[in-house]
Amino acid sequence: MVKKSHVATTINGEAVEFLCEPRHSLLEVLRDTLHLTGAKEGCNNGNCGACTVILNGVPVNSCLVLGVEAEGSEITTIEGIASESHLHPLQQCFLEDAALQCGICTPGFIVAAKALLDRNPNPSEHDIRFELAGNLCRCTGYDKIIRAVQDAAAVLQENKS
Amino acid sequence: MKEIEYAAAHSVDEAVDLLAARGDKARVMAGGTDILVQLREGMRDADLIVDVKKIPEMMQFSYDPARGLHLGASVPCYKIYGDAKIAAAYSALADAARIIGGWQIQSRASIGGNLCNSSPAADSIPALIAHDAQCVIAGPSGRRTVAVADFCTAPGRNQLARGELLVSLHFPPVQPREGARYLRFIPRNEMDIAVVGVGAWLRLNDKAETIAAARVALAAVAPKPLAATEVGEWLVGKPATDATFSEAGARARKLAKPISDMRGPAEYRLHLVGVMTTRALAGAAERATSK
Amino acid sequence: MATKTPHEEAATWDHGASGSAKKYKVLGTRPIRHDGVDKVTGRALYGADIQLTGLVHGRILRSPHAHARIKSIDYSAAEKLPGVLAVITSHDFPNLKDKMADLGEGTVNLADLSANCLAHEKVLYKGHAVAAVAAVNAHIAEEALKLIKVDYEPLPHLNWVLDAMREDAPLLHDNVFTSEMGKLAKKPSNVPVHLHFETGDVEKGFADSDIVIEREFKTASVHQGYIEPHVSIAHWNRDGHITIWTSTQGSFTARQQTAELLLVPVSSIKVIPCEIGGGFGGKITVYLEPVAAILSRKCGRPVKMVMNRTECFEATGPTPGSFMRLKLGAKKDGTLMAGEAWLAYDAGAFPGGMIGPGCMCVFSCYEIPNARVDGYDVLVNKPKSAAYRAPGATQAAFACESVMDELAERLKIDPLELRLKNAVHEGSRRVDGPVYPRIGFIETLEAARNSDHWKSKLTGPNRGRGIASGFWFNIGLKSCAAANVNADGTVTLIEGSTDIGGSRTSIAMQLAETLGLKAHDVHPQVADTDSVGYTDVTGGSRVTFATGLAAYHAGLDIRQQMQARAAILWECKSDQVTWEDGLFRHGDKTFTFRELAGKLNQTGGPVVGRASVDPEGPTNGFGTHIVDVEVDPDTGKVTILRYTAVQDAGKAIHPSYVEGQMQGGSVQGIGWALNEEYFYDDQGKMRNASYLDYRMPTALDLPMIDTIIVEVPNPAHPFGVRGVGETPIVAPPAAVAAAIHNAIGARLFELPMAPHRVWAAIRDKATAG
Repeated sequence: MVKKSHVATTINGEAVEFLCEPRHSLLEVLRDTLHLTGAKEGCNNGNCGACTVILNGVPVNSCLVLGVEAEGSEITTIEGIASESHLHPLQQCFLEDAALQCGICTPGFIVAAKALLDRNPNPSEHDIRFELAGNLCRCTGYDKIIRAVQDAAAVLQENKS
Repeated sequence: MKEIEYAAAHSVDEAVDLLAARGDKARVMAGGTDILVQLREGMRDADLIVDVKKIPEMMQFSYDPARGLHLGASVPCYKIYGDAKIAAAYSALADAARIIGGWQIQSRASIGGNLCNSSPAADSIPALIAHDAQCVIAGPSGRRTVAVADFCTAPGRNQLARGELLVSLHFPPVQPREGARYLRFIPRNEMDIAVVGVGAWLRLNDKAETIAAARVALAAVAPKPLAATEVGEWLVGKPATDATFSEAGARARKLAKPISDMRGPAEYRLHLVGVMTTRALAGAAERATSK
Repeated sequence: MATKTPHEEAATWDHGASGSAKKYKVLGTRPIRHDGVDKVTGRALYGADIQLTGLVHGRILRSPHAHARIKSIDYSAAEKLPGVLAVITSHDFPNLKDKMADLGEGTVNLADLSANCLAHEKVLYKGHAVAAVAAVNAHIAEEALKLIKVDYEPLPHLNWVLDAMREDAPLLHDNVFTSEMGKLAKKPSNVPVHLHFETGDVEKGFADSDIVIEREFKTASVHQGYIEPHVSIAHWNRDGHITIWTSTQGSFTARQQTAELLLVPVSSIKVIPCEIGGGFGGKITVYLEPVAAILSRKCGRPVKMVMNRTECFEATGPTPGSFMRLKLGAKKDGTLMAGEAWLAYDAGAFPGGMIGPGCMCVFSCYEIPNARVDGYDVLVNKPKSAAYRAPGATQAAFACESVMDELAERLKIDPLELRLKNAVHEGSRRVDGPVYPRIGFIETLEAARNSDHWKSKLTGPNRGRGIASGFWFNIGLKSCAAANVNADGTVTLIEGSTDIGGSRTSIAMQLAETLGLKAHDVHPQVADTDSVGYTDVTGGSRVTFATGLAAYHAGLDIRQQMQARAAILWECKSDQVTWEDGLFRHGDKTFTFRELAGKLNQTGGPVVGRASVDPEGPTNGFGTHIVDVEVDPDTGKVTILRYTAVQDAGKAIHPSYVEGQMQGGSVQGIGWALNEEYFYDDQGKMRNASYLDYRMPTALDLPMIDTIIVEVPNPAHPFGVRGVGETPIVAPPAAVAAAIHNAIGARLFELPMAPHRVWAAIRDKATAG
């Protein structure tokens, strides 16, 4: 029996500790141990993006990160995107633009889009489609998702000025 | 997944010791985007994962125009294309790093890992060959250097012997009027494994009209990534024109030995070798003249 | 006070005749969906998110062979693995030989359904479930599977319909006899059903035609591709009650199927529908629920079972692959004279595929006086096919619309005009019999013709434009609703339609409109099978129509009761209280809904509205799609440049979600057209059972998808609603094929039109021409 490892990390700004086996993915730890079930398993092999979290500033597929690798890291999940009092503009725009139907891909898209807008506040439609190509959606055909990201980018630019 | 141990090495020596001790029951993990999938699906087997992302030497990269690029084997793709100087100097490398999987994959996956996974369809390897990259390998008996072109030996297999670890890749300094391009054909626009991939590198003469040196390498059309040496040699002295690139494409086709599989029929892949070689060379030439 | 009969009620429905749109307060607006905040914050609970005390995990052992006899199963070693709590096979299921059940959308052979959950004597496709393990965690359960020893005797396999239909083909089942015109064949075969529809005199029709075109088509199996894998949790409690949490399109059908398979009373099972991450027809048949239940009974713990992505591809219900032959005859002026269709669709491993709707839809857009359709349900060693958004219609439309496009080309008639010339309308009769009521097909063609897209010029080399139309019936079926008036003037709506695309809001909006409330003053809840009356599946594009109708009737019930309460307060008779524009009125006395809601306790107590409806479908959804493509002549790769979907929605309750259905269905159709297929090797095994090599469109593969909603109100609904969900997947492959032809001058007759096939068509045309 492989012993569990103790991992200390920061998730959504809070210090978190957990035990996990080496074979547990970060996705499993988030969902099954920490009850942060916003990140979803769609494929478990890095092809759908439903498990996207931000790890040390970059978006990753949490299904392809081991729980033990979270040691000393900073992780943002969908649960950490809204502030205490407000939805993030991305979340608000997804709602207003009806950019979700079944909603299963939505957390992954919002986290990836946040990483995108953090890095590139004024992306073109092509930029958005390129950077979000790793997030699959089967319901929307992507149209309203792209528009929601564009609208959120505009709101964020406005908020800055 | 079956039960597995995990150890993070903090130095190359520590990693080499772990690998030597456990042999083929240990697997190196950099970005994890290949190895974790393979371990889960039973395509590869291990009792121990050796994480090499805490080895400073393997996570660093530095570029000096006089000395070239030193790229740690665990450096994630996004850092490569995210560095404007490196992306400009080693553009085929940046091309490949930009299209391995999606953004989430590029945040983790490393060129070293892509090379060591040794898929014949790997996107980075034709670019590495085109740039004449050299592998620095550490092992129980010390370090050695091997050309990337010689590194892979069979589908999914490479030269690394028991206890050996790819530590870094070295790229020669860039000279004027050099350009490189990696292009692949995939049925969608992203997220696919290459049906055919081509890395092309050219150095033009001082009038930027004639090819002074050339390298072409192919992915997904042979049991391992294919250095199309004869094509590179043939290109020397030829004018940098579409007609030349087209003929080069025809010659590349003669070297390719694609199979038919779920990613495409052999006949079609053979045709694509010609098309993509021509386009990659044209792209390399354009970059060579734009400097 | 007399209630109105349904006819009297329907007579009050004002859909705004001849162009004057009725003014609605809520319908046609775009409120934020009621479940939206939970979904954008990750709080919404999907099946795999459910946590329970004592929860254990199940995994399934699956056949590595496409076709084999099971000689023995030895799971003794698996049972001994520490952490394993139970192992089961089909022997743990009741024996259901030859039992049939009516599941509302057709009868199902329960023995087949049971064998599909856990194989009986044979495995019939790679991935067919053979045994199941429950263990303290999923990793241990997975490891336990490796310890189960199964002795297989491989058998020859089939995965192409024409091979399976041959006289000498190996049989999947020895008790399947073709049912044809009410008779059963004498010898067993792989063809459970041969359907035949005929009208007029087909031979004469072709003889009278100036032009006859006949083509053969092939399509590959494709999958619904829902991002959320199947998941069910079952707890077989010690009092005999079974609770099931599951990702399903129909809690009541899941309950009934499970009850039938376990031979327990339906009332002993409660199904709690979780939020569902996509279904598209693929989450109606049960796969995991009964298996999880039996594991739970055996180990005494709640058991969670989640499929992985490979299992979703290999072992759920893709849509049929097909072989089709389609012939159309027309006069020089484009008038269609005759049509003949021969359709062979994969049923997969068990009888009961989608051939019926395929036959009914193939000529459904056009008036063809002489027509014949022959359709065959064909067994092959693939997972049992299931519904995928307008099941069977996309394949048929690919054939018919392609031949229409070719007719237009050869007759030198604009393809849109050719369709207008022959378009069905009110009173047209379909080849399988039904006569259309008021429908909006012509309106979609006219809207397409007037669209910016159609009017714009497409310039540039290797570019082409295509147009195609599609039809889906849309069903009615049963829905219940209950609505509780709260003292603050809001209403809680209890309904039973699992929400795959925002429907709880569309239903709430219909109740809000009925009561003069704002959309957010209605609080919709999707309830479990103990909490709401029987409600049929979320499928068949029925929910906004039928469950909306239930909400409307629950609203009328509330209004009527509240009129009686106002009468008490105003000391008059109930029928002297009117309701109009959100106000209850008697003379110059009025109450708003909120005011009266605050007085219910003093007039008799709470008001609960209820409804149970079973409206007749179909609501008849027609769509016309326009697509511009660019083809790379050297590689055959097709880029979608521009896409417009036009569809008759009857009345778009929430236009954003109607647009969303049109866009989503179009993109699924584009994937089906260009890259999606089940790729089989020579052992009959699917090689591309992952999102890596089963290539669904990504955001980078598409432009924006423009939508034009046409509203020809459905006379059978108070607000004119027609179903919208399925129609948009029908036209895209044919539209894309037509566009490719327009670009390269060569036609493709096989889906997907992957780059290597387009390139081959270009090359063949070059060598021929």
